[in-house]
Amino acid sequence: MEPKRSIGLAVVGWLVALIMFFPILWMILTAFKTEQTAFSMTPQFIFSPTLDSFRTALDQGAGYWHYALNSAITSVISTLIGLALAIPAAYAMAFFPSKRTDFTLVWMVSTKFIPAVGVLIPIFLVYKSLGLLDTDAGLIMLFAAMNLPIMVWMVYSYFKDIPRDIVEAADIDGAGTLQTMVQVILPLALPGLASTGLLALIFAWNEAFWSLTMVDHNAATLAPFIASFKSAEGLFWAKMSAASVLTVTPIIVLGWFAQRQMVRGLTFGAVK
Amino acid sequence: MAVVELNNVAKRYPGSGSKGAAANAVDDFNLITRDGEFIVLVGPSGCGKSTTMRMIAGLEANTGGEIRINGRDVSQVAARDRDIAMVFQSYALYPHMTVFDNMAFALKLKKYPGEDIQKRVKEAAEVLGITALLDRKPRALSGGQRQRVALGRAIVRSPQVFLMDEPLSNLDAMLRVDMRAEIIKLHRKLKVTTFYVTHDQTEAMTMGERIVVMKDGRIQQIDTPNTLYHCPANLFVAGFIGTPSMNFLKMTLGQHGMMLTGPTARLLASPERQDLSNHRGQTLWAGIRPEHLRPTDADDCAALLTGEVDVVEPLGAVTMVQMTVDGHRITAQLDGDTRVSIGDTLTLTCDSDQLHLFDTETELALPRTHAMSTTTV
Ligand SMILES: Nc1ncnc2c1ncn2[C@@H]1O[C@H](COP(=O)(O)OP(=O)(O)O)[C@@H](O)[C@H]1O
Ligand SMILES: [Mg+2]
Repeated sequence: MEPKRSIGLAVVGWLVALIMFFPILWMILTAFKTEQTAFSMTPQFIFSPTLDSFRTALDQGAGYWHYALNSAITSVISTLIGLALAIPAAYAMAFFPSKRTDFTLVWMVSTKFIPAVGVLIPIFLVYKSLGLLDTDAGLIMLFAAMNLPIMVWMVYSYFKDIPRDIVEAADIDGAGTLQTMVQVILPLALPGLASTGLLALIFAWNEAFWSLTMVDHNAATLAPFIASFKSAEGLFWAKMSAASVLTVTPIIVLGWFAQRQMVRGLTFGAVK
Repeated sequence: MAVVELNNVAKRYPGSGSKGAAANAVDDFNLITRDGEFIVLVGPSGCGKSTTMRMIAGLEANTGGEIRINGRDVSQVAARDRDIAMVFQSYALYPHMTVFDNMAFALKLKKYPGEDIQKRVKEAAEVLGITALLDRKPRALSGGQRQRVALGRAIVRSPQVFLMDEPLSNLDAMLRVDMRAEIIKLHRKLKVTTFYVTHDQTEAMTMGERIVVMKDGRIQQIDTPNTLYHCPANLFVAGFIGTPSMNFLKMTLGQHGMMLTGPTARLLASPERQDLSNHRGQTLWAGIRPEHLRPTDADDCAALLTGEVDVVEPLGAVTMVQMTVDGHRITAQLDGDTRVSIGDTLTLTCDSDQLHLFDTETELALPRTHAMSTTTV
């Protein structure tokens, strides 16, 4: 009975995986088709692949690299800023908790309950008067703020994992706050910090709402790049798929390399 | 080396206020150490031992009284500036550093020159027999080895004061006895004032020069092991110090201030105890240690406890016997060759100068005219 059940489970597992993977597969396949084949009503799995869509996509608008660079700058810098803010915040909450610590944590995450569109108008107006519309700096601030609650929460839980005794031992050994942080806490929480950073990076890279609303051309990231292929007339599925492949590939490759770090960080007890 | 002075030290944790005055984790703690003294804090779990240690270390602020190290009030001094080393129950080694780096951490922070650090760590490692482990990470060490590293990390610094909070409680029994001896040896060599916390009275008795017995945040008695054993200040100390615990019986003192009687039991107080005349006719707690009871078959003794034996534990050198007398559980430690079996009726007696008496209301010992007593309550 045992082998039978595990075969059944394996079949179900594969099926679910296939269903989840299918859209991605379809996107990749479409990217290598001509617009005509892509548009055909009968799904085509066998066709002669072409790189035409990629060629067109790379030259679209200001060119792929303009958008990719903006995406890289905004996601990397917003992640670094997020970490720089989340680490001290989580440190205070994990090692010097007060009566309000739990409330603060919940409150921070509760800000994510508001749909982004609910604050679109005020933020748009503020950005407009500050001249932050269509700037990398503007997007960076939004991304950092958007990711901060989850980053604080994650770093907090990794810090919580570090036995308090160890921090106190460093204190008694003569280490100041900064020395304790740099020489004891950060090395111990490193896997966790890496996965927090990676997650923030992915969120920022894939962000679409603010990237489409607050940005016109200068600071346009890969999300507006993909969106720019949508047009009222003509065929665009293949080009759009090619652009999407170009967009997700870097982050998937990065995620894949970082995966081992991430798994280690996500499994608690890395410290003990 | 240092003299540590605690005057009326108290600790109230925030949030424990609603329960009133009893909510103080530590209250009215007074102690002045001698330079280089080995002080043991002992008491049941939750009595405030760790809190006291943490206040001395500076990890926790005292909410009352003052703490002085070599005369200097340290209330406003951060833990890292108190020149104190602490050994934690969990060892609290830095998991990402080698043994060498663990031991060198404090020295590096103090910017000692490299060769000096090398020399000190090597010396400490030699004393503790962990030279071969210097390149390992704590993860690759056994419990006993980690314990040694934790001690090593404390001694390389030559601090003013050592604090050890139940450092041996994670070791198995054999290793604990070895390490106990080793810590005492280390203390003889280094002569650093040491506070040692344990909940194990045997550990306290074997290690302490002076022992602080605590209960519910308050000091019950501070004395040498010998005095604690012979002149416990109150019912709690009497029951806590010594294994097996002292036996207690509720008895009434006769009109002559000599004879104590229960429903069936009879005990004789020492005739030299004139002080008892004030307590004539009162009900008192009588305490006798198991090792001071011996069987008797005659009726001619003035002190007699008779009951039916319900537990017999032959341990070789001694035989432990339990019985019930006037509703009180009585344990006696008899000679190993005593012949008793369950169900036997046994009569026990003891010398009157081995008898401890306590007020049933205050639970304080009725003072004994014992030369050794230097009791503080
Ligand atoms: N951080 C804390 N906050 C609130 N109460 C505490 C805290 N630490 C200890 N206590 C309380 O203080 C009392 C003494 O604790 P502790 O000093 O740890 O006892 P011990 O070390 O003798 O077992 C206990 O009642 C405990 O619950
Ligand atoms: Mg404790």
